[in-house]
Amino acid sequence: MKAVIAENISKQYDGKPAVEKVSFEVNEGEIFGLIGPDGAGKTSIFRILTTLLLPDGGSAQVHHWDVVKDWRAIRNAVGYMPGKFSLYQDLTVEENLHFFATVFNTTIQENYHLIEDIYVQLEPFKNRRAGKLSGGMKQKLALCCALIHKPKVLFLDEPTTGVDPVSRREFWEMLKKLKQQNISIVVSTPYMDEASMCDRIALIQSGSILSIDTPQDLVKNYGNQLFRVKANDRYRLLEVLKSVPSTKSYAFGEYAHVSVEKDHQMDASEIAQHLQQNGLTEVEVGEAEVTIEDCFINLLH
Amino acid sequence: MKRLLVFIKKEFTHVLRDKKTLLILFGMPIVQVLIFGFVLSNEVKNTDLLVIDQAQDRASKEIISKVQASEYFDIASVTFDVQDVEASFKKGKSKAALILPKDFEKNLMTKHVAQVQILADASDPNHATTIENYLTAIIRDYTNSLNASMPYTIIPEVRMLYNPQLKGAPNFVPGVMALILMLVCVMMTAISIVREKEMGTMEVLLVSPFKPIMVIVSKVVPYFILSMLNIVSILLLSVYVLGVPIKGNVLLLFGESALFISTCLSLGIFISIKTQTQQVAMLISLMGMLLPTVLFSGFMFPIENMPFPLRMISNIVPAKWFYIIVKDIMIKGLGFAAVWKESLILMGITVFFLGISIKNFKIRLA
Repeated sequence: MKAVIAENISKQYDGKPAVEKVSFEVNEGEIFGLIGPDGAGKTSIFRILTTLLLPDGGSAQVHHWDVVKDWRAIRNAVGYMPGKFSLYQDLTVEENLHFFATVFNTTIQENYHLIEDIYVQLEPFKNRRAGKLSGGMKQKLALCCALIHKPKVLFLDEPTTGVDPVSRREFWEMLKKLKQQNISIVVSTPYMDEASMCDRIALIQSGSILSIDTPQDLVKNYGNQLFRVKANDRYRLLEVLKSVPSTKSYAFGEYAHVSVEKDHQMDASEIAQHLQQNGLTEVEVGEAEVTIEDCFINLLH
Repeated sequence: MKRLLVFIKKEFTHVLRDKKTLLILFGMPIVQVLIFGFVLSNEVKNTDLLVIDQAQDRASKEIISKVQASEYFDIASVTFDVQDVEASFKKGKSKAALILPKDFEKNLMTKHVAQVQILADASDPNHATTIENYLTAIIRDYTNSLNASMPYTIIPEVRMLYNPQLKGAPNFVPGVMALILMLVCVMMTAISIVREKEMGTMEVLLVSPFKPIMVIVSKVVPYFILSMLNIVSILLLSVYVLGVPIKGNVLLLFGESALFISTCLSLGIFISIKTQTQQVAMLISLMGMLLPTVLFSGFMFPIENMPFPLRMISNIVPAKWFYIIVKDIMIKGLGFAAVWKESLILMGITVFFLGISIKNFKIRLA
């Protein structure tokens, strides 16, 4: 059985399309990532799947329940963590957890094993008000609250946005552990580097899915040659790279990445030569490792 | 059931942790009752009076001493010149003037008709009217004492029923009750529900087994209880501090208050369903509820004096009916038979707003 099936779901706001014919499936017990920049339509998709919004077109099922017809069943069975911190800021950590456990008809003790790893870190602050926690702690608490009723499918909308890198890594480690409890997880993030933590990902832009694959296959099927280039004048470097035929170039960290189309093999020295002819010095050209971000940029055009 | 209880407990925690809300909830009723009781009062006491005594005879002296003896007036000064009146009014030294012309006693004794003139500063018309009434009453009283022996006199005996001393308090206690309940129930309920939307917690609550309508119910219960506490504190203040007794049945009074609280809560729910931010909810509660309550409940401005369209509008203001009910029960000591019609109207308004709220309630976002 699939955890989530979305078929051609669309959503418009005031006539402007936010989600356009999006289809994907999430297998049971996998971490499925929706990767895309802000405004790509990730939150709308989450809200449709959690029955908070009605799709304008298409259909979707969560754990074989229809999101329109069986909304009540879905609400009983899923865990949802919205993008915005949505707990009670004036209640303490423990009170929040207790409240959500009760709302979901369970107790903290009953499913403590699920949240134990996370809650241990929160325990020293259990009498602190949620509003006074750090960003990472807030997200951990929100995850606990969304998990406390042992949901069949967990929806996490940008759980790591605004969280420091260390906490982000910890957060993903927790998701991996949850996966072992056979909880299917749908997670969205604007950070491309987090994509590799998912089992499968959908790259999404302007309401449409560009590609769905495992992160490894996505990188493997990149196809193009990819070089990383550095020179004394970064601005001029990017200008000059634009003039190289059959390539696409863009800034990438301290380097510039040059993606060479499949049919036009080229080697590093050719690029270096071209750059030096154009008056750039300290030229450094090497093969680059393909990342999800390169795949995303490649798919955009 | 257990879920509902936990939810209600959570609401209480919200209220109790928010010092500002707490202050509004319990401080405001007390402050308002005291302000209305002691400061804002339309009673006329110790009004400064200028007396122009051109007669300087026995009759005029007797009238002056009678005026002086009443608690309503302080005689600012006694002069001879009418010119002084305007100067004194303009400087604010006196609010009224009593002019006793020359040959006052002579005219009274020989012609049996004598004139006095009362001048009042009518920049505050209500005040001026009251002063005039009091002064006329004192003079009538004096005339009656002279006429005692004469035949064919009609002596009107005026008695102010239910509030013989014409105190302001009996009038405003019901008004303040309506005002406070309107503020606490409508505004606080609306804000607390909208806050869940604004903070995003509503989104989480919707994706839970908790029935959305129960969110509303559990929001309403704490404010209902807090409002009943407020009623108790207002009534205690009015009985023991302001000396306004409860003449009617206390239980009936609480029952009617519970009904009015329900009306307010239904209005609060309606506002919360129609708005998305706390600010808008607050503005609508203030402008749409509080203002009409002050204007149209009849507690500040008599409805009878309003033009027809405004009188019509006043009929849809719940506070007007509650004001009538509380006045009837508390001050006149009447029973349910006297207020069933008003109670029915309040019930109707409550059912109406609950109905459209339930119809408009969204189980989804947007």
